[in-house]
Amino acid sequence: MKNAAGRAALRFLKNCIRILSLLLAVSIISFALVSASPVDPVQQYIMKIGPVSAEQRAAIEAYWGMDKPPTVRYISWLDALVHGDFGISLLYRRPVIDIIAERFGNSLALMLCAWVFSGIIGFSLGCVMGMHRGKWQDKIIRRICYLLSSVPAFWLGLILLLLFSVKLGWFPVGFSTPIGMLDSEVGIWQRLYHLALPALTLTLVSFSNIALHTRQKMIDVMNSAYVLFARARGEGGWTLFVRHGLRNTILPALTLQFASFAELFGGSVLAENVFSYPGLGSAVSAAGLGSDVPLLLGITLFSTLFVCAGNMIANLLYGIIDPKMH
Amino acid sequence: MGRWNPFRLNGRIRALMLAVVLGVVILAVYAAGILIPQDAVGTDFIQAKQPPSWQHLFGTDNLGRDILMRTLKGMSVSVTVGIAASCISAVAGILIGIAAAAGSRFLDGAVSWLIDLMMGIPHTVLIILISFAMGRGLRGLLAGIAATHWTSLARLIRGEVMQLRGQQYVMISRRMGKSGGWILRHHLLPHLAPQFLTGLILMFPHAILHEASISFLGYGLPPEQPAVGIILAESMTYLSSGMWWMAVFPGMVLVLMVWLIDRLGENLRRVIDPYSAQE
Repeated sequence: MKNAAGRAALRFLKNCIRILSLLLAVSIISFALVSASPVDPVQQYIMKIGPVSAEQRAAIEAYWGMDKPPTVRYISWLDALVHGDFGISLLYRRPVIDIIAERFGNSLALMLCAWVFSGIIGFSLGCVMGMHRGKWQDKIIRRICYLLSSVPAFWLGLILLLLFSVKLGWFPVGFSTPIGMLDSEVGIWQRLYHLALPALTLTLVSFSNIALHTRQKMIDVMNSAYVLFARARGEGGWTLFVRHGLRNTILPALTLQFASFAELFGGSVLAENVFSYPGLGSAVSAAGLGSDVPLLLGITLFSTLFVCAGNMIANLLYGIIDPKMH
Repeated sequence: MGRWNPFRLNGRIRALMLAVVLGVVILAVYAAGILIPQDAVGTDFIQAKQPPSWQHLFGTDNLGRDILMRTLKGMSVSVTVGIAASCISAVAGILIGIAAAAGSRFLDGAVSWLIDLMMGIPHTVLIILISFAMGRGLRGLLAGIAATHWTSLARLIRGEVMQLRGQQYVMISRRMGKSGGWILRHHLLPHLAPQFLTGLILMFPHAILHEASISFLGYGLPPEQPAVGIILAESMTYLSSGMWWMAVFPGMVLVLMVWLIDRLGENLRRVIDPYSAQE
């Protein structure tokens, strides 16, 4: 037993080193990309603060280190990062790390809702399809899944907005806190109320993937020799599903769900933009459009960390399911 | 086994026929977008903000431009971007996949690390970064989509080549002194061609969805170009004034197109998959 625990710890350590190397690479790539951009951050900054003389401009450049080569700038940026300094956002005039911390909370609430609901709905529908393979339930749900996987998140968001906000007037058009109220005054119900439509959008676009995978897995299980034997013993229906189907499909589904953090984040970027929900997703597109380089880099690194954590959990789970992976 | 009935086709032929029909529809939308003259999408303030009618099936936008025409033109741009990006991505995928499987252990490790890297950054964020680096516009969009979509195909090809390498006929060829290039051309590539083709076609829908999403966010194509994402972004402003047709119809065409291409790919895969012959 001690040996197995040691192996698991070693695997965890290896994964951590891998994630560190990936983060380092992402920092290099993203820094190189923004350095290569034709958008000049100094020019962007000057446009915001008004006209400056050539000397002042040179002073700003020197203050930002823009007169040094990119490698030197990268190393000083990385050095600041390691000390927890992500720089100051140009758009919001506040430290990037504060913005990320505040907005990630909002995004996390949204993504967690969508993650849980799409997991439960997708898994249940996948089980129904797999257990009734080829029957009408399977055909109808499968068609719906195929169609939903062709729907872009932002359009679904627009349609829900049209239906529930404009037509029925049940929900406001955007914002997670009502205008004119302090963040601390907003109650949990108010938050949930503003969360509902983006979360619904994200759930609807995410569940088809897991449903179709669970269906395939369930069909494989149902075609296996042990299910044939179970049927021969007289098992069927619900008992067969709980004893064999459910137990063999739930872990792979959970693994897949953890591995889908990247799609979840991508979807939340779109959903947050449609509903003007103040999360990381709306911040990243605003940062890109407003040439807010520190914020763009910060969110890129942070979202990579988030996705890699999900992938690592998926990998570890995969190792538990399939002993051959050891 | 019943009597042979010419009207009851087997799955393969049905899939093939469906694939042909879908291909024709997609080509028709593409051609329509190219053939529509520029003045059909011109501004006409007398006709502005009109709901759908026989004259303007999808209605008109705030500047009086016909939304059906704009949508069709936008779709053909999307299809072009989708085809170009997925072709680049698929070729990269097959090359990287073969290199990983046939090269040294180190190369394999490096490729798997690279794939992990690409899967680690959310695609939307990476495409935003690449678009930002290349100064927005079509080029950045293409590069971004091409750079993010090759991973799954590369993984698939790598697995396939790994498996083929252990096959007896490949080992015998090697013992008989055939070179790596000869084996690649005569044994590996014919096996990989179907995988490549279906991988390529199934990449389209993703590429088009990403193109629309990134255009919607305001990166990618310039506002004058009638990409579907841009029409939908414009429609956001007019949602509360009741111009529902601006959001509903272009999006429906986009969904339809993506769904058609996805079905085309699935059907082709069924035709190519040898196991489906038994159905």
